Amino acid sequence: MSAALRGVWGVVPPQKAGMIPGWGSGLVVDELSVFLLVTLAVVLVAVLAYAWADGYGVRFHALMLLFAAAMAVTVTASDLLLLLMGWEVMGAMSYALIGYVWSDPERVRSADVAFLTTRAADMGLYAAAGFAVAGAHSLKLDDLATANAPWRDLIAAGVVVAALGKSAQLPFSFWLSRAMAGPSPVSALLHSAAMVVAGAYLLLRLRPLLDATGWAATTVSWAGALTALLLGAVALAQRDLKQLLAASTCAQIGFMVLAAGAGAVDGGTAHLIAHAAVKSLLFLCAGVWLTRRGTHRVVDVAFGIGAVALAGVPPLSLWVTKDEVLAGVGSSALLAVGFAASVLSAAYAGKALLRLFQAAERVPVPLAQRIPLAGLAVAGAGLGVLGLPGILGEAGPVAWESALAGAFAVLTVGVVVAVRRVPEPAWALRWFWLERAALAGVVRPGFAVARALARFDDRVVDGAVEGVARGGRWTAGLARRRVELRVDGLVGAVGRAARGLAALARRPQTGQVHLYFAQAAVVLAVLVLVAVLAG
Amino acid sequence: MLTLVIFLPLAVALALPGVPRRAVPWTWLGVSVVELALVAAMWAAHGTGGGTSFETDARWIPSVRAGYHVGVDGLSLPLLALTAVLFATCAVYSLRNTHRVRAFAMLFLFLETVCLGLFAALDLLLFFVFFDLSIVGMYFVILLWGHEDRARSALKFFLYTFLGSLVLLLGFIGLYLGADPHTFDMVELTRTPPFAGSPGLAGLTLLAVGAGLAIKTPVVPFHTWLPPAHTDAPAAGSAVLAGVMLKMGTYGLVRIAMPLLPDAWRRYALVMLVVGLVSVLYGAFVALAQDNVKRLVAYTSVNHMGYIVLALGAAGYAAGDTDARRLAVTGAVTQMVSHGLVTGALFLLCGVLHDRAGSYDIGRFGGVARRAPVFAGLVAVAAFASLGLPGLSGFIAEFQIFAGTIGTGTAATAVTGALAVAGILVTAALFLRVLHLVVLGQPGELTPRVTDVRRPELAALVPLLALSLLIGVAPRVLLDTIEPLSAAVVALVGR
Repeated sequence: MSAALRGVWGVVPPQKAGMIPGWGSGLVVDELSVFLLVTLAVVLVAVLAYAWADGYGVRFHALMLLFAAAMAVTVTASDLLLLLMGWEVMGAMSYALIGYVWSDPERVRSADVAFLTTRAADMGLYAAAGFAVAGAHSLKLDDLATANAPWRDLIAAGVVVAALGKSAQLPFSFWLSRAMAGPSPVSALLHSAAMVVAGAYLLLRLRPLLDATGWAATTVSWAGALTALLLGAVALAQRDLKQLLAASTCAQIGFMVLAAGAGAVDGGTAHLIAHAAVKSLLFLCAGVWLTRRGTHRVVDVAFGIGAVALAGVPPLSLWVTKDEVLAGVGSSALLAVGFAASVLSAAYAGKALLRLFQAAERVPVPLAQRIPLAGLAVAGAGLGVLGLPGILGEAGPVAWESALAGAFAVLTVGVVVAVRRVPEPAWALRWFWLERAALAGVVRPGFAVARALARFDDRVVDGAVEGVARGGRWTAGLARRRVELRVDGLVGAVGRAARGLAALARRPQTGQVHLYFAQAAVVLAVLVLVAVLAG
Repeated sequence: MLTLVIFLPLAVALALPGVPRRAVPWTWLGVSVVELALVAAMWAAHGTGGGTSFETDARWIPSVRAGYHVGVDGLSLPLLALTAVLFATCAVYSLRNTHRVRAFAMLFLFLETVCLGLFAALDLLLFFVFFDLSIVGMYFVILLWGHEDRARSALKFFLYTFLGSLVLLLGFIGLYLGADPHTFDMVELTRTPPFAGSPGLAGLTLLAVGAGLAIKTPVVPFHTWLPPAHTDAPAAGSAVLAGVMLKMGTYGLVRIAMPLLPDAWRRYALVMLVVGLVSVLYGAFVALAQDNVKRLVAYTSVNHMGYIVLALGAAGYAAGDTDARRLAVTGAVTQMVSHGLVTGALFLLCGVLHDRAGSYDIGRFGGVARRAPVFAGLVAVAAFASLGLPGLSGFIAEFQIFAGTIGTGTAATAVTGALAVAGILVTAALFLRVLHLVVLGQPGELTPRVTDVRRPELAALVPLLALSLLIGVAPRVLLDTIEPLSAAVVALVGR
């Protein structure tokens, strides 16, 4: 990072928000977030200008602005609380934007899938915040690497899961295929400068934490490299242009994640920025073709530049930035995977380029859409300057590697364009059936558990309560029928016995004196007998 | 002043028979707004300091040393404010009611006095009286203004929670007998906790107090009175029942169980953690399987109240980090307020749906957003607030609960806290399911009947969600008041 550029953000004071007493939190613009903020702002302007010509309403703009604001909070947050706030609001806004045409149940379903998948991964960040309190006694991002031993690993695990989910890396990639259900301007923003890159950003930001654990850096590197390779194959297999672009986003972000794992933070950042320009450009061009059912020369040229840049053809931007990333990779196995992924990216970009050879009707495209396309095309072509030493290029790519990668890219694109077809691996067409696996492995069992518990709740838990109530009534009935009868019978028996005794007692009462006298004589005799015997 | 705040609604209720019928709803609304203003004034006067304000201690039943002892602090003020807000909301929402308006208003004013009194009580016997009266009041609300199987639900509610209150009374008597000298005064009991030398008796007393409050909260497995009571209660009744009356259980845990039985609380903290965790997950999963939207919201209450119990359990781990435990207690109190606002709003929205279509069955709606866009927007905001979206109150509460519980740093708290995080995913899934089936997609069988919210309904719902937004964006307003109280509770439990 050059000293001259440092001055630019040195004047931006950290903003103190302090959401929770005792746990300071704030926003800060530093040498990483400044690049992301500028990228976000530029892409947002381009996308909104484009969308203006398509006549979207208030709801669209409100959601898009909230979406962008959430991303801005995410990249400037200096602690886990604010980060998570931006992070989650961004997810919710992506839900609302993907399901923008809400009357279509399939699009709503896509929105559900996208939100739930990313939120499942976000649980890692919630847990990581707790582990951070336990291990580092702080929520500040800068303090996480200093946490005590078991907690540091737990924090890293939570962060890595959340980041891989947000960035649609394996095994979470499938949600990005679903995200295509949104309008093209949404895809253009979501795939470039917001949402999906947030995960890569977080890993780049938390590089010291990944380093401190050791294993996390390796895991992240491999996750990124494998996603770049395998999702590259998925992109190659797609017949639908937007699906191809979606898979290519996963693959390209794989390079950024690889950069974070390998420690090539500057290269990863440069790749993120250049990719944002290229990918938003490609999605907006695809949007023109989809909505206007025709094409325009500016659109064709812009798309061509974008696709060639995506292929990594020198001297365009992604060639430079990808090499910066690969130059930072130490392990040769990772490097080999990264190199293969790089060749694949040239192949799928070539396949996208073939689209230009299809006959299409010429249609007018408004100036408000042509200008952003032209601007993004210029940026997508020229952002390789980011890789120059002094801006984001400190590592400096190895010359022969760059030359080799460039040559391979040119060769691959040339062959694809010449042959006009590419191998389409059928096993990759459905994104490795990841969504089906998630449905079968998580969603259906989850619903089965829910239904089973609901039945358990009705029959056993509530049944026990009802049983107690019934038991009470039954006891009452029993008491009335049996115990009451017995008690009552006993009372009756006592009464009868008393009556019998009374009748007995009445019989001597005859009123005849001689009988009384005889009774008295008998009693006296008995008394005398008792006295004699006792005496 | 506090006594005035507590008994003003009751006084107006007694005067209500003399008010002309057409003025009844407006009188009710007027006194509710005055109450709100008075509580706000008390909050402003109390500020963010510690200690108790507006204390009154009068002789009541001197033979058992029970007094009319009331006061407010950082725990009672947010709940008093919540009570005032929700009752005012119900008054607005019911402006168009026509069924036995006078009796309805009287009953709600009576309930308002009862709820305010409970959250201000500093005497166990006084607390118990209000606790019991709340059950009686709500019984009549469900019985007289409910729908469908209301008599059965009301009876079940009454018997179950009344049983709970009897167990609670046993616990209170235990506390009375365990104290030296015998007293029901909470402040004195807090100063010298009863059963200093007999952990067995303290444990039994905690069992009684805890079980009594657990039924009210409710936690699994004592929750089955809640779904039928909510389903058959009128919308305003559900809002008060879930929004205010469920808090009596968790409020009692913080106010009575933790400071009065600190040793026992620490010893059985693991029980609280596990009960909280089970409530969180069980409530969320059972809610996911519901097709009746009001039952669904009722089960999410079990889930949300479970977070509170979990956090309070974590606060009992004296070996853990003190700051983290404070965070957990603050989160728990925030969750009480947040759940009151959001679930109150959700139940009122259920009421709108039932008012229009006469059904709670989510399978029979769909695409409601077309004909009722404002209603759809409110449902979406309330649903996202309930599933813990940042920027709304639920997130602030749940974040603090998770961070505090896990951050306490013992193995038990870290594991249970991390497992409880899964609750937010299930809650998200179930609310997206509701949005998908009711609000979005293609119109269903009953959709044509659903018209948009009317003005009183809107006026009731917007403040609730706006307050949730305020707490979500600027939580310091609330947290600074709670914080001294959390510090005090954590210190009391830790001694």
